[in-house]
Amino acid sequence: MVEWTEQERGIITSIFSSLDYEDIGPKALCRCLIVYPWTQRYFGAFGNLYNAEAIKSNPNIAAHGVTVLHGLDRAVKNMDNIKATYAELSVLHSEKLHVDPDNFKLLSDCLTIVIAAKLGNGFTPETQAAWQKFLAVVVSALGRQYH
Amino acid sequence: MSLTQKDKAAVKALWAKISKSADAIGSDALSRMLTVYPQTKTYFSHWPDMSPGSAPVKAHGKKVMGGINLAVSKIDDLTNGLLELSEQHAFQLRVDPTNFKILSHCVLVVVSSMFPNDFTPEAHVAFDKFLTAVALALSEKYR
Repeated sequence: MVEWTEQERGIITSIFSSLDYEDIGPKALCRCLIVYPWTQRYFGAFGNLYNAEAIKSNPNIAAHGVTVLHGLDRAVKNMDNIKATYAELSVLHSEKLHVDPDNFKLLSDCLTIVIAAKLGNGFTPETQAAWQKFLAVVVSALGRQYH
Repeated sequence: MSLTQKDKAAVKALWAKISKSADAIGSDALSRMLTVYPQTKTYFSHWPDMSPGSAPVKAHGKKVMGGINLAVSKIDDLTNGLLELSEQHAFQLRVDPTNFKILSHCVLVVVSSMFPNDFTPEAHVAFDKFLTAVALALSEKYR
């Protein structure tokens, strides 16, 4: 089981309570598709991803970015049991979506960059450490049910 | 994933905007690396003070960004341009190459936090490719 200090819990809940999901979600997903273009392989049915402008103005991608971010909510609300909380989602990503779990890290890095842009100086080294620890646990849980 | 002309132009454009803050970027990136990835502290046990923003950290951050500045100027031929640095990292420093990725990530985080409007996804992909190419050039002589 993952051990969280009070400080780490505080940092994670504080970041999420101040998040505008409609803004950050789309930004993180768009950045991932632009910075790591091979991730577009999972979005063939989403419409025009031809260039950065198309990706940024694609409403399906934006909606999906919001969905992904809300998915992280569950982990924030169940920080002491992220593995079990994500068991079903892990199966979904493996069996139905067939997403290479390496991609989870790519998206999580983009989310970190977007949060850094939003928080500026507020994204201190300690905050970054807690944030990345949280995302690492999420990433690990999402890959857990792959076989 | 080699650098296209478009990538090089994007890197130079971003560097023009951020380079005057190079020292601060270097210090912050290094501080972050030592905090977020504590295993990297093993390379600096000879420093009296490894805390974020300390004198050795600031000085070293400046040195690292000096290397990146050199790399920008040699962007058309990183392997030859960074030959001396590559030999230094291979034979003296012997930093495990995984750490190049770690430090690069920290640099990206700092640039994003300091220049949120300039660090667009387009600038991000070019700069990430560039730092990857720099890491590759630095590990040229490793084996």
